[in-house]
Amino acid sequence: MTRLAAIVLVAAALAAIPLAAPSNAVLNFLVVALMIALAGQGWNVLGGYGGQYSFGHAAFFGTGAYVTAVLQVRYGVNAWIGFALGIAAGALVGRVIGALTFRAGLRGSYFALVTLAFAEVLRIIASVAPITGAGVGTLIKLDLRPEALQFQSRAVFYWAILGLVTLSLLIAWLIEHSRFGAWLVAVRENEDAARALGVDATRLKLNAMTLSAAITAAAGCFYAQYFLFIDAGIAYGPWISVEALLTAIVGGVGTIFGPLVGALMVRILGEAARLVTGDAPGLDLVIYGAVLVLVVAFAPRGLMGLVTDMRAAFARRARRRAAEVTGG
Amino acid sequence: MAKPLLAIHAISKRFGGVLAVDQASLFAEEGKITALIGPNGAGKTTLFAIITGFVRPDAGTIRYEDRDVTGAPPHALARLGMTRTFQIVQPFAGLTVVENIAVGAHLRRRARGAALAAATAVARDVGLGDMLDQPAGTLTVAGRKRLELARALATQPKLLLLDEVLAGLNPSEIRDVLPVVRAIQARGVTIVMIEHVMQAVMSLADHIFVLAEGKVIAQGSPEGVAADPRVVEAYLGKGAAKLGAGAA
Repeated sequence: MTRLAAIVLVAAALAAIPLAAPSNAVLNFLVVALMIALAGQGWNVLGGYGGQYSFGHAAFFGTGAYVTAVLQVRYGVNAWIGFALGIAAGALVGRVIGALTFRAGLRGSYFALVTLAFAEVLRIIASVAPITGAGVGTLIKLDLRPEALQFQSRAVFYWAILGLVTLSLLIAWLIEHSRFGAWLVAVRENEDAARALGVDATRLKLNAMTLSAAITAAAGCFYAQYFLFIDAGIAYGPWISVEALLTAIVGGVGTIFGPLVGALMVRILGEAARLVTGDAPGLDLVIYGAVLVLVVAFAPRGLMGLVTDMRAAFARRARRRAAEVTGG
Repeated sequence: MAKPLLAIHAISKRFGGVLAVDQASLFAEEGKITALIGPNGAGKTTLFAIITGFVRPDAGTIRYEDRDVTGAPPHALARLGMTRTFQIVQPFAGLTVVENIAVGAHLRRRARGAALAAATAVARDVGLGDMLDQPAGTLTVAGRKRLELARALATQPKLLLLDEVLAGLNPSEIRDVLPVVRAIQARGVTIVMIEHVMQAVMSLADHIFVLAEGKVIAQGSPEGVAADPRVVEAYLGKGAAKLGAGAA
């Protein structure tokens, strides 16, 4: 089975879930998980394939969310156009931050720290600037019409975010089957060797960051349309930077399905921990953290890496059996 | 004399208080194998890094195919047909052998399929045909050296700069790699090589430059250079040339 077929199958299976008439709570859970998966796939393009670990993808998520919201609320722009401009603005912010960091030659932990700093600066600006609603935040008026990109039924929202996630899976597939992707992975593995072979590493990373930012910004745009309220802490807060990189790492960096699998696992884990601990405040986070430590310790290549290893182990065992049979 | 494909003139590079390369000039004739030899710390690898755009020289010019390429970045030079290998091999460890080579092949081929096909052909040429899907991280030292060579070849260079491709190989592995280098030359690729394995240099090189303490102290045919007392002195210390002559 090719991975392209797998993408189609997974998308079809997920698309069928609302037909089973799940409760609003379940649907809401899945919508949020898919939104995180989208943000994580954005992170995965730059961090997973390109090896540039950003700790500040909130900068793109927040820009997407704010541009979508502010254009509608203050300038009366149509929500669909606002959504598209939100993605474009996120991509632009990614390109600018990328230009500043990559041209300065920042790599590794320096890159991570600087991206974190950019996101925090944007959060602080958003929490005081009048245009973003400062500390009060921005509320998008309830207007349940498809023209306003708001839907009566949660299922439609679910299908919309699923469509975006599927698109992001296809983008990841394209990356794995293109020169852009081959060179991006080469830069991740060894930047100097890649440059010697004719790869313009700076431009390549810049393009990867732009694409990465656009995908994560789309998740932010969706957040604004779905929850209809954002403030600086939600849009630019470190929570989304962490969720984006965590889902990709838990699921498996540099894999097509890593962020999706990771987002579902991390979210299920979070809910389960909350269920088990009941009202004890903070205890769920302890369990959540412990499980994450275990994942990173025992499956450093994420859940997708674990699957690959297990398949290889099974194949080895099957071969050994076959050898024993023919030998005996 | 054929026109040189590469001509570097009076290159100097200082790192803090150390003059790593001091007014070095050399050239490489088209289709020939030019060797750059010299004792450890002579500045050979620095000179390579300068030629291939990884390090900016403080002074001097580099001409390639009759145009000034001083200060051009590595990827631009690779596009012009100048590709280097590294002394300390730098495989893309997480990728397979064929994927490693395809990174180089992509320089001239955008399509993934075409790049993989070209990479497979190059792998066969250098003797990695049986290890296409093996992770590069699991190759032996000899295998990695071949991979380094294959990746560079896949960019279809006109000028190939080899930084100690034979270092770390045992005598039988060296004997295996020599024909590979000769076959590359036979295809019309001009080669500049840094090499410590003297028997290989003597058998491969058409022209030799000797670098010591950042300066080019001698150049010429392999026989001429080996007999040059300045070269013997640079390698073995002052007076060694006289001793050698006395003994002979």
